[in-house]
Amino acid sequence: MARIFAYVVHKEGIADDSAVELLAAAGKIVPVQAPTAVVAGWGPGLDAVCETLRTSFGEVWKVANPALAYPNAELVRQALVKVLPQGGIVLVPHSHFGTDLSPGLSVKLNAAFVSDVLDIEGLAGNSLKLVRQEFGGQVSTHVQCDIVGGAVLNLRPGAFAAKSQAPVNGTIVDQSSKVGTLSSRRRYLETVAAEAGDVDITKYKVLVSVGRGIQEKDNIGIAQELADALGGAVSCSRPVVDSKWLEKSRQVGSSGQTVKPKVYLACGISGSFQHLAGIKGNPFLVAINKNPRAPIFRVADVGIVDDILEFLPELTARVQEETAVAPGRSRE
Amino acid sequence: MEILICAKRVPDTSENEIQLNREGNDIERDDLVYSVNEADNYAVEEALRIVERTGGNVTVVTVGGDEDEEILRREMAMGAQHGVLLSDEAFGGSDGKGIATILKAFVQKGRYDLILTGVQADDAGAQVGGMLAAMLDYPFASLVNAIEVENGGLKVTREIEGGNKEVNAVELPCVLSIQTGINEPRYVGMRGIRQVASREIPTFDAAGLGLEEGAAGEAAAKVKRLDYFVPPAGKGAEMLEGSREEIIDRLMELMKAKGGLS
Repeated sequence: MARIFAYVVHKEGIADDSAVELLAAAGKIVPVQAPTAVVAGWGPGLDAVCETLRTSFGEVWKVANPALAYPNAELVRQALVKVLPQGGIVLVPHSHFGTDLSPGLSVKLNAAFVSDVLDIEGLAGNSLKLVRQEFGGQVSTHVQCDIVGGAVLNLRPGAFAAKSQAPVNGTIVDQSSKVGTLSSRRRYLETVAAEAGDVDITKYKVLVSVGRGIQEKDNIGIAQELADALGGAVSCSRPVVDSKWLEKSRQVGSSGQTVKPKVYLACGISGSFQHLAGIKGNPFLVAINKNPRAPIFRVADVGIVDDILEFLPELTARVQEETAVAPGRSRE
Repeated sequence: MEILICAKRVPDTSENEIQLNREGNDIERDDLVYSVNEADNYAVEEALRIVERTGGNVTVVTVGGDEDEEILRREMAMGAQHGVLLSDEAFGGSDGKGIATILKAFVQKGRYDLILTGVQADDAGAQVGGMLAAMLDYPFASLVNAIEVENGGLKVTREIEGGNKEVNAVELPCVLSIQTGINEPRYVGMRGIRQVASREIPTFDAAGLGLEEGAAGEAAAKVKRLDYFVPPAGKGAEMLEGSREEIIDRLMELMKAKGGLS
């Protein structure tokens, strides 16, 4: 039976939320086999993570090397190739790090690779049946993965619900001596913090968020008028920033801001998982999109199939009417 | 600098509603509008900008059939000097690793300092660039949103979480996967496309690439798509219906209840 490994991403001595998700995913491959956590790094932070993880993983492989003090995926890959046995199933979060690490890791381990896995339906013989999505989540697919030579699977963050389990008394196995010298022709220089923008979208209770459906820069004003009427701000999804219609600081999503409004109006936004990952606190989510199959309708509270360029101005007019009338009423 | 971009022709999700076909084994492809994968287009633009500064050539390569020539011509109309098609019936059914194997064979026929891919194709999984780099033993960086050429190498910025950026020094030759938004790709008009309509597009098959039988294609694929299906609905939105006025009435009520209107 293939051994299952969970690659745990960590920072400042704390394991990423994905660790428990990988644990849950491993249970969907082989329910009876406890996966082994693999943690690479250097220093006291690494030791702290290993100590925490051994209460949820039966075995924790520690890979310590000064070159791994920053998780440069090129160096982590080299280390893993020396430590991991052939034929294992390696689970990695589908994050910016997983995107850097895993495709090359699968080549070096001569293993199969599947990215952005949403669900695991189970193992039959040497064939693992997985679920992915394509075309921005508009359709799903079943994928069959031959694991004879092992597999590297990148799992979508948030797709595998962590299971509660009693703490275990796992062992830490130090694999560091297998690593030797690491060197890469890609060298980490620095991390540059996100620039603050003109408007802090994380501070607003109401966000009018626009996506590709806004069509052109000149139409942003339509959303701004609605936001002004509602006392909110205009935020956006990635394509709007890519097109330079709004600043990066307005982008909601895993590579942008995390927001916690009360009401979120998703206007012409298809609803990629990266975008949804930036919406927290379970706001009242209204989706307006002219494509009735837009994935956003699967997660919104309320859906409206309409062209935002026509719908938003009418909604703005109504909001302006109501807010103008309201004080008058209170005087009566 | 000699730059190679690996591009792909995909159904354009901004132009199409993707639906299942009647049998449920594929998407309905009859009326789809295809275009070059969005991120690949940013990669070509970035390559053109680098070459404008450093000199050199931009080559765009794709694995596919005759119908895929249109994206090569489009990128040539943008300014790429060469378009190359890698085409063989034996390539059908390739998984990501198969495609990377085919591309590796092509890369090794020439000399490229920099190889770019789009970060991800709409119908695939952000994998070929990283695989190709590992096969060639070149350094790799994904999700690249800025490139500077300096001291014979590159200063490469990656997009990480929360709008933060990770800066790396990367030696050449290398493979980078380009994130959308890195630049503003130039416009390509019909006139530009007509101007490159008669340019020759060299085509290589498996033999021409020196690929052994079974190196790529369905037999080599460890990963196979079994079917397409409609994603489960989840909780699903309450869809507001009726006239626009009625919908707005209902939406106003709901927003008041939820604190969106004071």
